[in-house]
Amino acid sequence: MEYSPPPFFKRGPSLLTRFAFFSLLSVVLLVSDARFSYLYVLRQVVAVVVYPVQRLSAMPGELFTRVGDFFVTAGQLQRENDQLKRQSLLDTAALQTQQALTNENQHLRQLLAMRERVSREFIAADILYGARDPFTRRVVVDKGFQNGVKAGSAVVDHAGVIGQVTRVFPWLSEVTLVTDKEQAVPIQVQRSGLRGVTFGIGYDGTLELRFMPVNADIQNGDLLVTSGIDGTYPSGLPVAIVTNIERNAAYAFARITCAPAAGVNSYGQVLIVLTDEKLPDNPIPADEGNAKPKKVRKGAP
Amino acid sequence: MRLPSASAGAAPPQEILRPVRTSYIAITLLVALALNLLILPGFLQILRPDFIALTLIYWVVYHPRRVGFLPAWLLGLAMDVADGSLFGQHAFAYAVLMYLSILLHRRIVMFGMRHQVLHVVAILGVAQLVMLVIRLMAGADFPNVLYFAPSIVGALAWPPLFNLIRVPLRPRADPDAV
Repeated sequence: MEYSPPPFFKRGPSLLTRFAFFSLLSVVLLVSDARFSYLYVLRQVVAVVVYPVQRLSAMPGELFTRVGDFFVTAGQLQRENDQLKRQSLLDTAALQTQQALTNENQHLRQLLAMRERVSREFIAADILYGARDPFTRRVVVDKGFQNGVKAGSAVVDHAGVIGQVTRVFPWLSEVTLVTDKEQAVPIQVQRSGLRGVTFGIGYDGTLELRFMPVNADIQNGDLLVTSGIDGTYPSGLPVAIVTNIERNAAYAFARITCAPAAGVNSYGQVLIVLTDEKLPDNPIPADEGNAKPKKVRKGAP
Repeated sequence: MRLPSASAGAAPPQEILRPVRTSYIAITLLVALALNLLILPGFLQILRPDFIALTLIYWVVYHPRRVGFLPAWLLGLAMDVADGSLFGQHAFAYAVLMYLSILLHRRIVMFGMRHQVLHVVAILGVAQLVMLVIRLMAGADFPNVLYFAPSIVGALAWPPLFNLIRVPLRPRADPDAV
């Protein structure tokens, strides 16, 4: 009844007008976000406003974990302690040899006048929750640019690479997992040194090693580690393990499926790797590279 | 007089409620936002209904003059940032949801709970479909059929939510009454 008064009463714009206005506004936002990524500042503002509610909503989960921690039995702790001690012993041995190797490496690099390897910094962070967006594979961690996190940093856990920081908010950041559809990691097969790029599949939590020739030297169980070519992921971190290889001579490339090495689907502590590697300047600036073909076309008769 | 139990399919008896304060509407929407952001373990997360959408539908259907497009749209932006989805995706879906709910509100109140649920599942489903189409156009893959589970769970959650929102609005017994 409220929507059918005589037309001489003031009622504001009609339903269809309001709907058209707001949907148009949404479309403008969508296009500018998806195509041009203009909305960084607006996103940050909304993120700051939503942050208190987000923290509040995280509380029951944290409480649940804490209550769970409280009821851990002595046996479990003992077992975990033993395991950690053993791990620590192994790590110490590895570290000692690594120290010597690092020195030697530095020395050799100086002798050969090669570029210095970068020093890395780590920020420890907790995974708060898996992002609810069903179309992507992301997690949200509890450190943001207030803690020094930069977009593009690699994120690792104890077993290997889990992903890359794709969005940084003041106190949170979004990490896109290596299994996400749009996530690519430059890798090297540890056994043979073969280089390649893995891509996330997206829907089933596996990775694919694309563009490998059918006769490539790859076996089931091969460990793929980061090659460090991109300057984002430090080299030598485990990324995935080859689980299935289909070599079909009808196709140019082998179909290689891998399982992520790190605990991509588990929650816990992760390290955000900050590298400020000084790469040599790109000989072709990114913008020019895109613009050039157009110029050529214009100039062509 | 019609008994409440017999009214499942027909129009429910009109309840006399106290006037709704704007602050109460704001609180319910904030609680809905918090529920949407609540961290749940694995499977529950997939099944979680969109509480903001349900609350918006309630207010639009029963108090169509009180909630406009703007709060719905802003809540959509908040959801987009919190979810890490495309900016404007939830906002667009909520605008569609508002449009459908306002269009249908006089019709929905005439139905009993069971048929209201059917209306709600349609509105929620269309809102989710809008988001799906946006993401498919942006280059994502269709996740799986469970993508639509929140709409169905949301529609099933409609009757309890309906009663829950009304609890503070029911007239209290006056202790001074003779």
